[in-house]
This record gives sequence, C-alpha cells and structure tokens, in this order.
Amino acid sequence: MKVAIFPSCIVDTVFPEAGAAAIRLLERLGLDIDFPLEQTCCGQMHLNTGYETRAKKLAARHLTNFTPYDWVVGISTSCTTAVREFYPQLLGPTRAAVGGTGKFIELSEFLLDVLGVTELQGTFAKKVTFHTSCHSLRGIHLGDRPQRLLGMLSGIQLVPLPKSDSCCGFGGTFSIKNSAISTVMMEEKLANVYWTGAEVLTAADSSCLMNLSGGIQAAKKPLTVMHYAEILEIATRQTQGKLSNFSGAK
Amino acid sequence: MSTDSGRPEGPNEGIPRANTWLLRTEHRDQQRSPVSFKSRSTREIRNLQMRKNISHATSTIREKRKKVVSEVENWEELRTRAAQIKQHTLSNLDFYLEEYERNVTEAGGQVHWARDATEARQIALELVRESGAQSVIKVKSMVTEEIGLNDFLVENGIEPTETDLAELICQLAGDESSHILVPAIHRNRVEIRDIFEATFAKKGTLEAEPSKIAEAARQHLREKFLESKVAITGGNFLVAETGSVAIVESEGNGRMCLTLPNNVISIVGIEKLIPTMEDLEVFLTLLPRSSTGERMNPYTTIWTGRPPAQLELGKETPFNEKSYHIILLDNGRTRVLSDEIGKQALSCIRCSACLNVCPVYERVGGHSYESVYPGPIGAILTPQLVGDPLAGELAFASTLCGACYEVCPVKINIPEILIHLRSIHSDHKRDTVLGNIERGSFGVVGIVMGNTNLFNIATASVSRILKYGGPVLNRVGKYLPPINGWIESRTLPAAPKETLRDAYRKGTLDALLKK
Ligand code: SF4
Repeated sequence: MKVAIFPSCIVDTVFPEAGAAAIRLLERLGLDIDFPLEQTCCGQMHLNTGYETRAKKLAARHLTNFTPYDWVVGISTSCTTAVREFYPQLLGPTRAAVGGTGKFIELSEFLLDVLGVTELQGTFAKKVTFHTSCHSLRGIHLGDRPQRLLGMLSGIQLVPLPKSDSCCGFGGTFSIKNSAISTVMMEEKLANVYWTGAEVLTAADSSCLMNLSGGIQAAKKPLTVMHYAEILEIATRQTQGKLSNFSGAK
Repeated sequence: MSTDSGRPEGPNEGIPRANTWLLRTEHRDQQRSPVSFKSRSTREIRNLQMRKNISHATSTIREKRKKVVSEVENWEELRTRAAQIKQHTLSNLDFYLEEYERNVTEAGGQVHWARDATEARQIALELVRESGAQSVIKVKSMVTEEIGLNDFLVENGIEPTETDLAELICQLAGDESSHILVPAIHRNRVEIRDIFEATFAKKGTLEAEPSKIAEAARQHLREKFLESKVAITGGNFLVAETGSVAIVESEGNGRMCLTLPNNVISIVGIEKLIPTMEDLEVFLTLLPRSSTGERMNPYTTIWTGRPPAQLELGKETPFNEKSYHIILLDNGRTRVLSDEIGKQALSCIRCSACLNVCPVYERVGGHSYESVYPGPIGAILTPQLVGDPLAGELAFASTLCGACYEVCPVKINIPEILIHLRSIHSDHKRDTVLGNIERGSFGVVGIVMGNTNLFNIATASVSRILKYGGPVLNRVGKYLPPINGWIESRTLPAAPKETLRDAYRKGTLDALLKK
C-alpha cells in the first residue's frame, strides 16, 4: 500500500508541525509515508474566489502528482473536500474519477475505515474542545471520527463545544472581503470556546485553526491551538511496543 | 447593453432595466446603483438589537425544523424526488405552461403573460381599474415585491393593504422586509406593539403579547376584507394538470382574500409550475417542515379558475360576478434557465430554511443584501435576475460553509452556484482597478502554485515574511487594505522553523513537533 500525505498549503507553510505530526503518527502505525514534493496547491482558493480556469489547471496538476499512490491522506478537511467534492464538477465526473479523486481520504477516515483502528495506546491529560469545521461536517461527512480517535486516548477530557458546527467565519478570501462579518463570527465562536474552559482547542482543519488562533492570540488568552493529529502524535510519542489495535492495511 | 469599454456584458446582456425593482439600492439618474453588501453589512452588523432579534428567531426555528425533519424517515428520498420534479418541469416548461393555461381557461379563469416587471404591473393595474376598485387586499407574495407592485399601485391611486401579519407590520412601519417568510423578523414584539400604536391602535391599549398583537391586527383587517373588491395573491405552486394555484399560509388571511372579494388576481413566477396534484403532495410534506418547522401547514388553499356560476333567485340565467386572473411572470427567469448551473435556483420553493441556518444572514440580517431576496437564496437569485454588474457582490456574501445546501428541501447546491457566480464576477472585474489588481495577483499566485520550483521559493518566503514582517504587520496591518480587517482582530501566525517540505527533504521533521 503506497500512501502519500497531502497536508495543504497552509500546513506546509504556516503549521508544518501538524503535517510532521501526521507523518510520524502514521509511521508509528507501521506505514511508509511519502510527501511528494511536486505537490503545490489543490486549487481551492482559486475556485472559491472565482478563478475557475486557473483552478482547473491546478486541479489537473494536483491529481497527476499523486498518480502512483493508493491513498492520499489529507489533514485539512476543506482541501480534501475540494478534491473529492468539487473536482468532479470542475473537471467533469469522468476525468475526476479517472484522475483518482476517490483515493483522497482524511486522516481519521484512513485510520478508522481503512486501517480499522479500534484502540490507541497513549495519554493526553488535558481538557480539550473540538471545533467541527464546515467541510468536515458537510463536505466530506467525517461525522465524529476525529473525536472518536481522541476519545481512545487515556486522560483526555473532551468537553463539548456549544454550537460546535457553526462556521468560524474564515471562508478563505471571505475573511478579507467581508472582514467585519468574519470577525463577529470568529468572536462568537471563540466566546463559546472560552466558555468550555478547555486548555486546548483542536479541529480537523488548519484554516479554521489559523483563523481562531489568530483571534485567541490577539485576545491574549492562554489557550493552546493544535490540529488533532498533533494531539494523537504527542499522546502516542512515548508508547512502547504496540501502539494500536487494527485490522490491518487493506 | 454594453459597458463603457464597449465590451458586451455577457450574461447580463438584454436584462431589462425594469428588473431592478427588486433591488433596494439608491436610485441614481433613474438607475439603480449596484448592491454594496460589504458596506451595508458592516453598518448593519453594529445593530445589536437587530442581531439579537434575528438570532433568537432563527435559532428557535432551526431547532423546530431539525426536530420535525428527523421524524420523516424518507426525508432524503423526498428531497431527491422534489428536486427531480422541479428539474423535469423546468426542462419542459413550455409544455407544462401550455397545459396550465388550457386548464385555467377551461375553468373560467384568464391567463396573462408578462415578460417583465413593467408588463406585470401594468396588467395588474388595468385589471384593478376594470373592477372599479380604489383599494386592494394582498396575500403575502414575494413576486409582487419583486416587481415593486405596492409602490406602483399607490402611485396610481390604488391603496394596497397587506394582510399577512408580518407583512402588515413592515407596511405600517415603512420597513423593507428582511426575511422571505417572516418579513418583520428584525423586529421584536415590543417594537411591533409600538408600530401598531403609532398607526391604528390607541396609545397605551396594547400589550406586547403575540396573541394580543395578532388580535389587534385581525380587528384592523376585518373591515378591509369585507369591503374589498379585489385581492392580489402570489402562489406557492401552480398545478399544470388542473390549472390550480396553491397558496400555503399560516394565518388564514390568504383564504379570506381568495374567498371574500369578487375578483382575484394572482401574480406568479413561471418557475412555480409542477405537473400534477400528486407532485404537490411531495412539496406539501417538505415545505412546512422546512419553513416554519410545522408538520402540516395550517391553511393550504387550492384555487382553480373562476368559482362556478350560481342561479340567483328570480333570475333565468346563472349569474357570476366573480373573476379570476393569473399573471404569469418571466422577469428574467427564462434567461436564468439557460445557465446550466445557475438554473437550479429556479427550483426554490421559498421555504427560507437556507436563511435560518446561514451564519452570515444571522449576523447581518436581510437588509444587508439590498434585495427583495436576501440570504443564501438571494445571493444566488439576485445576481442572476438583475445581472452581475448590479448584484455580483452578493455571491461573495458567504463562507461556503454549506449549511444552506444541507437543509434545502429541493437540494439546490447553493455553494456550487455561488462559486459559479463568483467566476462570472471575476470575468467582469476587468473594468475596475481593484478588480484588475486582484485578478493579476490571483494570476501570479496561480502560476506560482502551478510550478513546483516557484512554489518552493514562495513557501519559503511566506515563512520569511512571517518571521521578519509579521511583528511589523501585526502593528501596522490595521491600516493596510485589504488585510486591515483581518489584522484588527487577529494576530498573524508565528513563523515556523521551516516549511514542511524543507523539513521532509532534510529529514528534520522531528524538530517541528510540539513538545
Ligand atoms: S433555496 Fe432551498 S432552502 Fe433556500 S428558500 Fe429556496 S427552497 Fe428553501
């Protein structure tokens, strides 16, 4: 099974720690993970802002970069959504399917549905709250997969975030074009985050996390923001021997 | 129509000016100025009372909707079926429209065709004049708002009275509606009591209780119902096989309007057609649950042509002083129909579920959209009806969070249409300096992103910019458009040690991991 990681531009340039964590975590589960260096951007930003022609070129190129792989594991729900849900419309369903959009998968789907992970040996003794990104919910329909994985760790206290599924206000260029609305949405989201009393805010999408951590820092709140892959990686870092139970790579 | 540069405007070619009555922007030299969502919403969002009212109302209705939708086991099947019925009808619109016209005529009604708002207003005015009436009562209707009918009637000496409670509140207060189902959603009960007391109720007589407010309105309207000769209605559905119009409402005023006055005039968009009564069943299951969160709609009136003639005492021939007219309105709809992606918007049954779940609408309210059609449906419909130069900005009034698509009972892929309209808009932006700058930047970024070497350089420079420029930008960025809005409330991320690709290449991934 040849597996590549598709971390997204934001992770690559701004939050590389999330990508590094996902790679190390998967390696601990016994997999070889490639980071194909030709990968650039999936084209989501161009598509969403109305530059369809450019987006088309980027999309075609993106698929070609991953031709040799069986699975392309993403850790950014909006980027995996772009490939899986929007490419068929952008490139045409046949071209998208032949190009392999079906092998783009999010980390938690890969761990639970492909590898069949049922338990993880690791500890993370912190109070954590989870923001459900719009694309994890309605784009690729992750459901509660990331939370299920986090729940396998011992010591973790997962506190529910009120209105967890409401948008954080980022929306790519929306946060610049309509910054006043974006700011209000972010602030209302953060008010709920603070209300939970969590020490750590996590999500399956680094774009939301970039937005929210920007707000948290500006408000000077002592809250750690990290991708859930980082939590899984940190928790399992010290684990000796068998890290997980899973039915194995199919 | 062509722009200053002489280039044809593509998708907006041939949009009659009359269509712009659905916009609520300023008039300039007899022309509407373009929608400015950004500046309007930036103002509206500071109205905390409005936000509180809307947030309270929409969150209540969201919960109700969720509950009653979860009771219907085959909800998804019904949505798919509804979408299919609409698509099928829209693809065969000419056929069903002819069938509909035949059946209305057979039932004693008269069908009028209106190409645009101007024609529809004129036909309606003439019909009212023929009946000799000085006033009309109205059933809540989006289409009459779209064509600006009330103002037009007033200009021509006819007094319209809205009979839907929320619509009446707006009319009395001189407010523009801000929601397609609950037009006065931006007002709370105290404000409504004050509006009533400032208009028809005696000061200090009214309690700010929903039942008391409704009762006062009922008293006020009763007179109007009894004395009116003409009612003007919209229509939720047109059933081709019977020539019927179905009107779905909650207060019973619609039924009074249809049955009391002798003359009924319906004005309905051509996209409201469905083939059969059996199809209506699908929509009557979906609509109340999606819109008001009710299992069944309180008042559904199905009206077919002219009521039968009756034999009056002492007369030889049957006598019928009742009349029924229906004006079928195009007003840009056939043009929308020619857009493969955009035409989905014509399937809309105006349930308003998309407004109630939209996080943007919840914060900025309906007035920010400066259109009769606000919220997500407004963002996809308005630019298509009035053209990109006037309303293209609305396609950007969304984070593409997808909540609207998830609840839409006819499965309109609203994010898909928004993206499509954005690309039409960016094609047009060649006319403005800022538009050209954005276009140019996205062009450059696109080239960089399409080339691994350039991308490597770019990602490394992002780190460097964050490292050396970040602290400076965090301080002065709030004065630098277009990023000022971002920086005002957020700190830029700190520069990482290196990019993921560099760390992977050099084998230094572990150095990136958090402690
Ligand atoms: S677009 Fe869909 S959800 Fe919105 S009003 Fe129309 S039918 Fe309802």
